[in-house]
Amino acid sequence: MVLIYSNNKKLTLEMIAKGRELADEQDGEVIVAMIDEKDENLANEYISHGADKVFLVESGVENFKAEEYTDIMANMVNDVESGPVLIGSNKYGKELASRLAAKLSTGCVIDCTDIYMEDGELTVERMVYNGNAISVERFSGRPGIITVPSKLFDPLKKDEGRSGEVIEKSYDVSSSYSNIAGIEEMPSEGVDVEAANIIVSCGRGFKNREDLHLAEELADALKGKVIGCSRPISADLKWLSEDHWIGLSGHKVKPSLYFAIGISGQIQHIAGIRDSGIIVAINKDPNALIFDSADYGIVGDLYEVLPKLTDAIKKEMD
Amino acid sequence: MNIIVCAKQVVDVREIKIDKQTNKPILKGIGKTISDIDKNAVEEAIKLKEENKDTKVTVLSVAPFDAREQVKELLAMGADEAVLVSPPEEFDYNTVSTLLAKAIEKIGDYDLILCGEASVDLFSGQMGPRIAGLLDIPQITYARAMSIEGDKVRAERDLTDKAVKMESTFPVLITVTKEINKPRLPSLMGILGAASKPIIEWDGSDLLEERMEPGIKSVDLRGVSMERKNVVYGEDPEEGVRKLVISLGKEGLLG
Repeated sequence: MVLIYSNNKKLTLEMIAKGRELADEQDGEVIVAMIDEKDENLANEYISHGADKVFLVESGVENFKAEEYTDIMANMVNDVESGPVLIGSNKYGKELASRLAAKLSTGCVIDCTDIYMEDGELTVERMVYNGNAISVERFSGRPGIITVPSKLFDPLKKDEGRSGEVIEKSYDVSSSYSNIAGIEEMPSEGVDVEAANIIVSCGRGFKNREDLHLAEELADALKGKVIGCSRPISADLKWLSEDHWIGLSGHKVKPSLYFAIGISGQIQHIAGIRDSGIIVAINKDPNALIFDSADYGIVGDLYEVLPKLTDAIKKEMD
Repeated sequence: MNIIVCAKQVVDVREIKIDKQTNKPILKGIGKTISDIDKNAVEEAIKLKEENKDTKVTVLSVAPFDAREQVKELLAMGADEAVLVSPPEEFDYNTVSTLLAKAIEKIGDYDLILCGEASVDLFSGQMGPRIAGLLDIPQITYARAMSIEGDKVRAERDLTDKAVKMESTFPVLITVTKEINKPRLPSLMGILGAASKPIIEWDGSDLLEERMEPGIKSVDLRGVSMERKNVVYGEDPEEGVRKLVISLGKEGLLG
């Protein structure tokens, strides 16, 4: 059995594809857990994309809480004697997977970059040491809990003829004494840095929020249009919403061209841009770490360099 | 109030190089440090101690006893005492979190457990939720702000798409993000004072009822080198811009 859970539909579809492959190797089934979303249509959509069973479960809490959701998942793992458990790797999924692994006293791999069977054992790869190495890890026991980032696997094609079962399940949940006192949507500008082909990214070298227009103008000239940023610009200063944030705890990007402007090059930022094609750095400090990770760099004041670069690129692109 | 902060000694990831012959990262001989987000957790504990009388801050780490020097820095920041638990030869997240939970139970009287959201070397973020699960207490992860009011802790979680305000009575485990504060540098007084603060050493195998088999084993570690051209134009900006545009054109990236 392969058990799958995420509160994100796209991620669930992607994990079903991988789950199908793992299940087929062991003549097992793919079971998708839908917690607190009584949606038969969505359940049937999961089936037409490769799931065998969908369990509809109610937690008794109004919104996602790791404690209660862990109880449900632990019961379900025992109920179906699950082998691999694939959980969507957003912040909800990561804290759920880790607590679940503790409750079941088992191994857990966060943010895998690949999953396969080798020597009959569930094997997983993940990035470690800030992207300097890939660790290949093998589970020796059951269940193996893995969190899967988005866009790692492609969903299977829809097959309307596939049949499966949608089953309502109920499990004992002990309620935790923590409470949600309020939920606010975070500001988002709907930017998808992970899909962008050209990114112009801003760091602490910018003195004021208003000055970011210099980066926007370069992005416009490149017809790239996507602005990224390092941690301080989004998380500390809140000049840009978190969908712009690139780095280990932000988004990992792989554009063909990446501009790091006024970004010092902290290791966590580098980890987020390692898979970029060409990296260009502009920084007034010749010793800035970012130059070690760049293909091309200009040492200079971004306030002087950027307008010149934007002009030159406009001319070149015409 | 008793606060326990879990801190991890890590290799300084900035120093890691890849051995070109074996294609493995070279981890021996690299400097060790306390994972930086764990220092945010220590800072938060010290701030709470300053605001709330009769608060004790204990730093807990599963580490070889050679981590004494690193842990001293946390005592110099203002923590009251440290407990080091030696790990067995083979261990995984399950083993380490079990050791931390057993050590917390042995310390006994605890109200608040603080951790960093993840360690900078492996960046899994498993420890906080695992410890909370083992102790069967609530977990509040990714806290970017927190405060204590009476018998309650309030925290604001950053979940990327949502900001979630939480409250809980004690005991509770909270993991913090880098944004929650700016860790202080130890003062000279702090450094001098740290010399007389206790660092207690426990043998991990004494805390476990039986030997724990790791549920997961690393079977390979492959270096990923990032070769970059490192062409830097340092002359006047005009000239730098001109050369950069030519280079990007040659790469086929313009137009």
